Order: sequence, then structure tokens, then C-alpha cells
Amino acid sequence: MNFPILSSLILLPTIGALFILFTKSSSGKYQSSKYVALFISLANFLLSLYLWHVFDKNSVDFQFVENREWLSGFINYKVGIDGISILFIILTTFITPICIISVNATITNRLKDFLIAILIMETFMIGVFCSLDLVVFYLFFEAGLIPMFLIIGIWGGERRVYSAFKFFLYTLLGSVLMLVAIISIYWITGTTDVEKLYELGIQVEYQNLLWLAFFSSFAVKTPMWPVHTWLPDAHVEAPTVGSVLLAAILLKMAGYGFIRFSLGLFPIASENFTVFVYVLSLIAIIYTSLVALMQEDMKKLIAYSSVAHMGFVTLGIFTMTQQGIEGSIFQMISHGLVSAALFLSVGVVYERHHTRLINKYGGLVSIMPRYAIVFMVFTLGALGLPGTTGFVGEFLILMGAFEKNILVAMIASLGVILGAAYMLWLFKRVVFGEINNQELKSMKDLKTFEIITLSALVIPILFFGFYPEPLMNSIEASVENTLNMYNFDLINSLASKD
Amino acid sequence: MENFQYILPEIFISISIMLFLLVGVFKKNSASLIYNLSNISLVILLALIINLSSLDTIYLFNNSYLIDNLSNYMKIILVGSGIFVMLTGSKYIQVINLNKIEYPILILSSILGMMIMISSNDLIVFYMGLELQSLALYVLASFNRDNLLSTESGLKYFVLSALSSGLLLYGCSLTYGFSESTNFDQILINSTEFNYGTTFGIVFILVGLAFKISAVPFHMWAPDVYQGSPTSVTLFFAILPKIAALSVFIKFLYTPFANMNDQWQTIIVFISIASMIFGAVAAIGQKNLKRLIAYSSISHMGYALAGLATVSNQGIQSSITYISIYLVMNLAFFSCLFMLKRNDKYYENIEDLSGLSKKHPILSFSLLIVLFSLAGIPPLAGFFAKFYVFLAVIEQSMYFLAIVGLLATVVAAFYYLRIIKIIYFDPEKEEYETSHNIGLKITLAISTIFILAYFIYPSGITEIVSKITMI
Repeated sequence: MNFPILSSLILLPTIGALFILFTKSSSGKYQSSKYVALFISLANFLLSLYLWHVFDKNSVDFQFVENREWLSGFINYKVGIDGISILFIILTTFITPICIISVNATITNRLKDFLIAILIMETFMIGVFCSLDLVVFYLFFEAGLIPMFLIIGIWGGERRVYSAFKFFLYTLLGSVLMLVAIISIYWITGTTDVEKLYELGIQVEYQNLLWLAFFSSFAVKTPMWPVHTWLPDAHVEAPTVGSVLLAAILLKMAGYGFIRFSLGLFPIASENFTVFVYVLSLIAIIYTSLVALMQEDMKKLIAYSSVAHMGFVTLGIFTMTQQGIEGSIFQMISHGLVSAALFLSVGVVYERHHTRLINKYGGLVSIMPRYAIVFMVFTLGALGLPGTTGFVGEFLILMGAFEKNILVAMIASLGVILGAAYMLWLFKRVVFGEINNQELKSMKDLKTFEIITLSALVIPILFFGFYPEPLMNSIEASVENTLNMYNFDLINSLASKD
Repeated sequence: MENFQYILPEIFISISIMLFLLVGVFKKNSASLIYNLSNISLVILLALIINLSSLDTIYLFNNSYLIDNLSNYMKIILVGSGIFVMLTGSKYIQVINLNKIEYPILILSSILGMMIMISSNDLIVFYMGLELQSLALYVLASFNRDNLLSTESGLKYFVLSALSSGLLLYGCSLTYGFSESTNFDQILINSTEFNYGTTFGIVFILVGLAFKISAVPFHMWAPDVYQGSPTSVTLFFAILPKIAALSVFIKFLYTPFANMNDQWQTIIVFISIASMIFGAVAAIGQKNLKRLIAYSSISHMGYALAGLATVSNQGIQSSITYISIYLVMNLAFFSCLFMLKRNDKYYENIEDLSGLSKKHPILSFSLLIVLFSLAGIPPLAGFFAKFYVFLAVIEQSMYFLAIVGLLATVVAAFYYLRIIKIIYFDPEKEEYETSHNIGLKITLAISTIFILAYFIYPSGITEIVSKITMI
């Protein structure tokens, strides 16, 4: 047996968390705990980069597969990655150290508990992207609720209890139906192993209901209109780092789930429900963009923009075209970087001025020039300016959409314009203009650790914006494989109908 | 007469009970001594049962007493949890001045009654065991006789339990009347044809058993009795009678009435759904932790019964797994409850947990784990318990039951989250005492680690349970 690299990737953060739990920090500020957490998460990042390096990008099979007996006779613990999951794993391991560095500014009490929560969260998130068994996937997918609930509830803002409950119950309600579907799949096909299920396929008569059950879970998590209302609340009340994790990675679990499970396992149902998803996605894009325009709270505005961006993602996935799906994956990675950066940027000014209301700011460019520059890059990334990652994703998604349905693509394109409108307007109100609030004048520009975290995010946003090839390379073979399987199943089923 | 070796555990415990009673009467101030002796005798009892468990199915006394895999497993978890119940409660009964010789003796007699219930293969033997455990429980519920609530709970439990025993007895006599036998196997053979008499018998017996297991709509006693009884007795109530009643449930449904599953399946499905929903909804407004755990146990019994409703070995095994995990979660929860002590006073309201996490991080973490596990959130043990049940339920295509059950877990999650919210998000209160006796600490540590680490090796219990086959 080879070295279980994926399991170590999953377990390493938990080991770090246990280490922090059982060691006492000499100083009251828990500096050493922080260094341990940072060290562990950076080690994990390097490990995942190594994984990317040794990963065979041309193969369509799952690699580094580990398969152990777990629930005897029923379910195996099976993990493995393909070109799609590897990117999400790297995104996770990349965002986590940034979160840990930014903990400085936002978390004042119970730092140790917070670090443990983040590391445990990382374990669950990597687990979601690795798992090749539905039950194992469900386990990681649901387990992530516990640390996130605590992060929002303990370290959140004023209405944190309400938001934490809403987040937890909404997501749980969506997910229990998925559990029913997973168990049904077990009894229908005799396995929950994803690879085997890809080969076996699921009978047509079950697909629609199963698809809906999975959809109920992923739609809440994505979040799609109309079940998106937990997201703005959760984002507004969560501490900065919580928002970053939520936007950058947790939302991606659902998009990943759509590609891996909805498309892969239920191609016929996915085809049947395409229009339904289109409509919901378009409403999400247009409606939430309009809502975002009217927000007075910066975090809420970015939260609504997340919903709109995820609308693009679901639209792209269900175009079932190579460009659409690749664009969606790219958009998810891009949104992971950009939204994380935006939330961190909001955190920077919130920590100094203790308000998130847009109209309390203005003219920051003359007080915080460095901040203005990085914030501009992120704004442009969010609105999809060519040269940033946001552009590549949206462009590919729209290309895929045009191939399928011109009307859908046209409406979605409106969303791009609206996106530019709310982001630029936000930027104008916060950064440009006169300084009409005298308190702002005392604000200091970026500190060292903020420069580190924010520039760590600027680099990939610009780099992959100009040169998306490495990412595209990695996903191309897997997406093609997914689509081939998809078309094959579809043709087969149509043939059997005749 | 050589058969007696097989009921050695029962004989041993009966002799211990009488012996301890004598010691208690003749030796002054021997309460603590007897408490410890009882605990030791329970350990020996456990060893004796485990010693027997390698044997195959054995019928004794004209087939009226049966020792098989089911009875052995149930007795092991029964006595095992009995030991932990005694361990955790020892300090508590001293502090609230209940350390009398009768207390451990009553617990032992009740356990004896439950063992007889579990092994019975005959209506009369079953009823004897049932009454022995009930009589001991009436007294235990009102053991704190100076306390108004405790007396009330004892009386309430007595009146309602007597009523349900009456119904049960009526059901037994109907069954006997129409099937011409009190022996379970004989009833099965004689009741191949449908007749209303036996159906009525089944209904009455199920009512009686549902009362013992506190399933809706026969749950009314549970919240008051849980709240009123001394906490150590509540813990006893929450675990041991449930184990015994569930195993009798399995026995009745799958031995004498196995042919009539079309008659009782709907009843079990209804009881199960009603318990899951009612338990989840009614617990939301509770302020007292013991009362809350009463409602929570009602809904948990709903899940355990859902497994029985499937008419499959898989379902029976899932129910048994469910109750095994349930008892560990309850042990952990009550261990935490015993730790909420300040100046010789125990606290049991939800509000008393406010801000617990700041001064007592380990205790709060245990509670966090237990509560998430009770809510059935993966990767904790409680999730696997529910998972097995729903695996069995969906195998039989009972989708309605599965979906209602899972939606009820979302409702139930709300009140568990509420406690977590109070522990972790609310402002802190006065500190509690931190010195606890070693038994309590060990119980809490073992049960919390069990819940937390269950996912590493989840097949342990399933492999043992998979030997239990009824169909």
C-alpha cells in the first residue's frame, strides 16, 4: 500500500487541533498556538501542492485512491481525487493559512478554541472534496456544520444566535433529504461507491426523485434563490474569518456536489431539470444583483453578490457543455479567492472603524492608498474585468450558455453589467469622494500581516486571470470524462426508450 | 436439575439481594457498604452473563425461559449500564441524603426483574418479571419522600403504570384465550389463522409495552416522573427499563405475533412517527433539563421503534444498535448533570448552564459532543444510530417513515442547539464545584470518547448485533 497521502491531508489539521487542545500556551495571548496552527496549515498547503505536482493531469481516473473497510459489509471508506477535486483541495489549504494569519485582527477572546475550530473545519472541507463514497461524503458535508455553527455563534456579531441557528437548521433540513436519497441509492444499486455507481448507472425511474433530494441539499448550500436567505445573515454576523471560510469554501461544496453527483449519477434527471435550474439561476443572478445594489452594509452586499456569482456557477454546470462546466469550476475557484479577499478587505476597515455601513466611509484613497489599490484589484476581480480570474469564469459560462440557449445567455449577461454596477458603486462610495467623516482620518494603512494576506490573494487572482492554463489543464480531462459519461448514459436511455 | 447452571446469573443476583438485605438490617450504618457491595455484585453478574453468552439457544423450564443471543446481549448492556448508573449516582445520593440500604437493593431487584423479562418465553414469567421491576421502580421514583415532586412522581408512575399493567394483563388473557397457550412459541403455532381476539390481545399488549417504553400516546407520565425523581433514579429510568421494554417488544412482535405482522405493523409505525414528532416538538419549550431529556427520550424511542416496524432482521438489529448508542449518550448527559453542583446543591435548569464554557471548558465540550450526538449530527455516534435505523427502514421502502423521522431530527436539532447556545454563547454565571468522584469522571470520559470516536470503528457493535436474528 502506498503512502496514504489523501488521508494524511485530511487528518493533519485534526492532529494539529488536538495538539493545540492539549498544550498550554505560556503567554495569555496564545501566540504559540497560533504558530502551531499556522505551521500545520502551511504544511498542509505544501502537501497539497506536492499532490498537484505528482498528480497525472491527463488521466481521467481517480488517483491516490484509498479504499478501506469501514462499516463492515456496507460501506467502505474511500477517498480519491480527480482533476476537479484537486483544485478545490488546494483552494481549501490555501485559504486556511490566510484565515489563521488574519485571526489576529478580529478574534480577541478564546483564540485557542477558534484555531481548533478552523483546523477541524479544514479537515471536514478537504474530506468533502476527497470522498468517493456517498456516505463518507455526507459525513464530511454535515460535520462541517458543527464548527461553523460555533464560529458564527461564539465569535459573531450582535444577532449571531439567530444567524447561527438559521444557518444550521436550513442546511440540516436540506441535507436530511439527501441522506434518504443516499440510503435509497444503496438499496437500489447495492453500493454507495461513486466509481462503481458511475459504471452501474441508476435506473431512470428513480433518477428524478433522487436528483431532487440531492438538489434540496445542494441548493441550500450553494445557495440558490429562493433558499439563499440564510447566507446574508450568516455572513453579516460571522467574524471576518468565518465569512471568508463560508464564502470561499463552504459554498463550493455544493457546486462540487452538483458536478460530481447530480451530473455524474443522474444524467437523465439533470437533463429533465435543466430548465428549472436555468430559471432559478437567472433569478438568482438578476434578483440578487438588484438586491445587492441597494445594500447599505458592505458584508451584506458582498454576500448577495456571492449568491449572484453562484447563480452563474449553477447556470454553467447545467449547460452541460465543456466550456460551461469548466467555466463554472473556474468561477468557483475565482469566487473563492475574490470573495475571501473582499471579506478580508471589509474586515480591515471594520477592525479600524467598527462599522460596516457604506455611508460611514468615503475618501479612503487619500488615507489608505495601499488599501485602495488592493481593494480595487478585488473589486475588478469580482466584476469580471479581463485580466482577472473573474473574467475567465464568467466568459466561459456565457459561452456555454450561448451554445445552448441564446435567451438564457442574454439575460445572464445582464447580470455581468449589474455586477459591475454594484461593485463599482461600492468602490466609489468607500474609496473615492470627500472624507466627510472626521474619525476616518485617524485610520492607519495596511499592517504587515494584512499586506501579506491580501497580496497572497492578489497574486493568484491576477496570475490565473492572465494565464488560466494551469487550472484549465487540470480540469480538462476530468470534465471531458464527466461529459462523455453523461452523454453516453443519455443516449443509452433514449435508445432504450425507443 | 442440571439446568440451573444456565440461570446462574439470576440465582446469584437473587441471593445477593437477600444477603444484602440481611446485612442491612443487622448492621447499623451499612448503607455505603451495601452500595459498594451491590456494585461489585453487578460486576460479577456481568461476568457471569458474559460467561454464558458463548452458548447457543437454550430453553429452560418447559420452554418458559429462553437464553439466546438477544437475551444475552440485552442483559449485558442492561447490567453494564446498571454498573455505570450506580457509579455515577453514588455521590449524588449521599449529598441529598438518600443513602439508605434500600436504594441499592431496590435497584438490584429491579434489574433482576428486567433480566427475567428479557429472558421470558412465557406470558406468566414475563408478567412476573415486569411486576418485579415495576414495584421496585415505584418506590425508587418516590425515594426522596420529603420532596413533594418526588412523591408526586412516584404516585403518578404507580397509578398510570398499574393501569397499563392492567391493560397488558387483559391483553395477555385475551391472547391466552384465543391461542390456548401462554408459551410464546406455542402461541405462534396456534395463531396462524386471523381472529379478532388475538388482534385485540396484541393491541392491549402493545399499549402496555408502549407505556413502559414511554412512547406516544402513552408517554404522559415520563416528563413528570423524570423531573420529580432524584436525578440518579431518573438516569436509571432513562436507560434500564427502556432496554428491557425494547427487548420484550422485539420478543413479542417477532415470536408470538410474528405471523400477524400485518396487524401490528401499522400500530408500530404510528407510535413511532407520533413519538418522533411529539418528542421533538414538545421539548422545545422546556426549561428543566430532566424534563427536556424526558421528551428527548420519547423521540429517541420513536426511532428505536421505527427499526422494529420494518419486519426484518436488519430492522431489529438497527433498533438494538440504536438503544446501545442511546444509553451511552444518556450516561454521558447525566454525568454532566451530576457535575452541576455548587454548595451541596444540584442544578438542573437549562438556565443554570449559561456561559458554562468559560469556566468549565472540558465539561462543556463533553456536553457539546453529547448534544450534537443526540441531535444525530455526523460524525458522532448518534448519527450512526439513526443511520442504521433509516438504512433498515428504507430497505423496506417505508419512505414516509424515513422522511418524517429525518424531518423530526431537524426540529429536535433546534432544542439541542438551544442548550449549546446557552452553554457557549450566553454570559457566564457562578462557577460550579470541580471536584467530583472518580466514578463520575470515568463514566463521562468513557462515554464521551465512545461517542466521539465511534466513527473510527463503527462496525464493532454491528458485528455483535448481527448475530441476533429473529426471523
